[in-house]
Amino acid sequence: MKSIELKESEYIVMPAKIIEARLMTANEKYFKISLDGGFSLDHEPGQFVMVSLLGIGEAPISVSSSPTKRSYFELVVRNVGRVTNALHQLKAGDVLGIRGPFGRGFPVQVLEGNDLLFVAGGLGIVPLRSLINFVIDNRRDFGKAHILLGCKKPEDFLFADEIKNWEERMDVNFSCTVDKADPDWQGNIGLITSLIPGIDLHPKKTFAIVVGPPIMYKFVLVEILKKEIPENQIYVSLERHMKCGIGKCGHCQIAQYYCCKDGPVFSYDQIKANPEAL
Amino acid sequence: MKQFAVLKKENLDAFISSLAQTQKVVAPVSLGYKNFSFQNVTSAKDIAIRYIPTILPPKKYFLPTGETLAAYDKGKNSLNAVLEYEKMVIFGVHTCDLAGIQCLNMVFSDKPKDINYIVRKNKIAIIGLECNEYCDEYASCHVVNNHLPNGGYDLFFTDLGDTFVVHINTMLGDELVDKAGVLKAADDQTLKSLELLRAKKQEIFKNEVNVRHDALKLLFNRHALQSKVWDELDKRCLACGNCTNVCPTCYCFDIIDESNLDLNSGLRYRRWDSCQSEPFAKVAGNENFRQERGQRQRHRYLRKFRYPVDKYSRYFCTGCGRCSRTCMADISLKETINDLAREIK
Repeated sequence: MKSIELKESEYIVMPAKIIEARLMTANEKYFKISLDGGFSLDHEPGQFVMVSLLGIGEAPISVSSSPTKRSYFELVVRNVGRVTNALHQLKAGDVLGIRGPFGRGFPVQVLEGNDLLFVAGGLGIVPLRSLINFVIDNRRDFGKAHILLGCKKPEDFLFADEIKNWEERMDVNFSCTVDKADPDWQGNIGLITSLIPGIDLHPKKTFAIVVGPPIMYKFVLVEILKKEIPENQIYVSLERHMKCGIGKCGHCQIAQYYCCKDGPVFSYDQIKANPEAL
Repeated sequence: MKQFAVLKKENLDAFISSLAQTQKVVAPVSLGYKNFSFQNVTSAKDIAIRYIPTILPPKKYFLPTGETLAAYDKGKNSLNAVLEYEKMVIFGVHTCDLAGIQCLNMVFSDKPKDINYIVRKNKIAIIGLECNEYCDEYASCHVVNNHLPNGGYDLFFTDLGDTFVVHINTMLGDELVDKAGVLKAADDQTLKSLELLRAKKQEIFKNEVNVRHDALKLLFNRHALQSKVWDELDKRCLACGNCTNVCPTCYCFDIIDESNLDLNSGLRYRRWDSCQSEPFAKVAGNENFRQERGQRQRHRYLRKFRYPVDKYSRYFCTGCGRCSRTCMADISLKETINDLAREIK
């Protein structure tokens, strides 16, 4: 058996450095990362990267920042597994490896000029934020923007400063809700589905972009379909287990699709027939 | 380049020994009753010319059970990509396994290409061996059109009794023949015998299931998703992963970091994984998108008979019968297909 070093390989990582890291909630940590050599990640909103920690392994993580920020990118990581646990130990100045960006992001060119209904549940705001901020940074290229946000508890909201900005902007319609709250919470209480019927939208020219946990899709999609938004104008981003990121290892397969390559963003009509998708 | 050559059986040893002098040669070897395995050989005496499909298909040389992808050094913050390969000849590959290698070639040359696989594949010479009759009752090579050779080899041997007739398919094959120096050009009589044998095979090999080749994919259409057949498999499957390990076209893998004892350097390697294991599709937070064994079995069948048909226009079942032969719960591919066919009728 011969072993040689490869100059080219899909498994080579780009060296990167954490320039800022802080806990956002008890379980979610924020990272601002720059690639060595001043390279831009050059991702599309909705794409993901494989984060590599030597001796620990790799994990797929959604890019949360808009590609309009070119000198750095942002990740938000929930501490749930081996790699994410090790990531949570890292601080500004620490190094890691990045592969990607991978996958098919949100179809920005298709969305341009149209009204947008963003629906994010829980951690779904992390990938969706890359598109929301892209739209805000290119605001006049898109039609109306409705942002609906849902969380279990008020303290689960991520990016509080940015959310405040979305709430205050006159060119964005924002509402949020929590499942449960203390009496001093002044906002909506209830599931995110309760926010959808009240939205005033033009179904033919509206695209809905929905990101959240699997259970949320089942209910939110019903409400969105009631608004008569066509099935091919509804986009979701799906989470799957991934090892390679390049459509080979098989872990992320959803019917004929590899989530890492054909997704993670899918239109509803692409996946609605498959019982394993949602 | 002559197309066909003849090797007298008494010269097989000279042929194999000549190959083994300059490179590794692997061939089917008997491990006891109905158990065969591709192993290193140096002489024809080691080789089981008549064998039923080996425990593992020759995929183990193309996609090794474990393979280093990169070596890392934490101190230097370096990760260097690594390629492992070995020049070798695989002798005695049946037509089902030739088809299996063709399937893997498609997957790993699909973009982005897997360089490790592609370089390794090009270092391996393949010598096929024809099945003159069925290996056993588990095989279903006819329904997937793999009972006859469909390319994918450098040389192809057919047993004609006292001799092998050898189809020379590539320049590499021609060089192997020249180097051995014990093969002669085939005469018309030999070619006539080969034709007769193939005609006789048309009588022997018949559809092993109650569905024809073209209709097979229709069994796995949208309606098949809801079939009761999967509920039945759900009750029987033990989720051991034997079926995927022995399948010549299963290629799913896991990527793992393994530290050296210095806790500084180590290897990032991949190893075979199985969609039949419970955590395969589970994400962090424990959501599992194929929680039930029946769903996982359905996934396995769809990965053989539906998804690759849409993507690569071919079945990824080679008809080798290994999954049925090895299943501890007696789940039979032929039975599953017949059960699905019965539901439709």
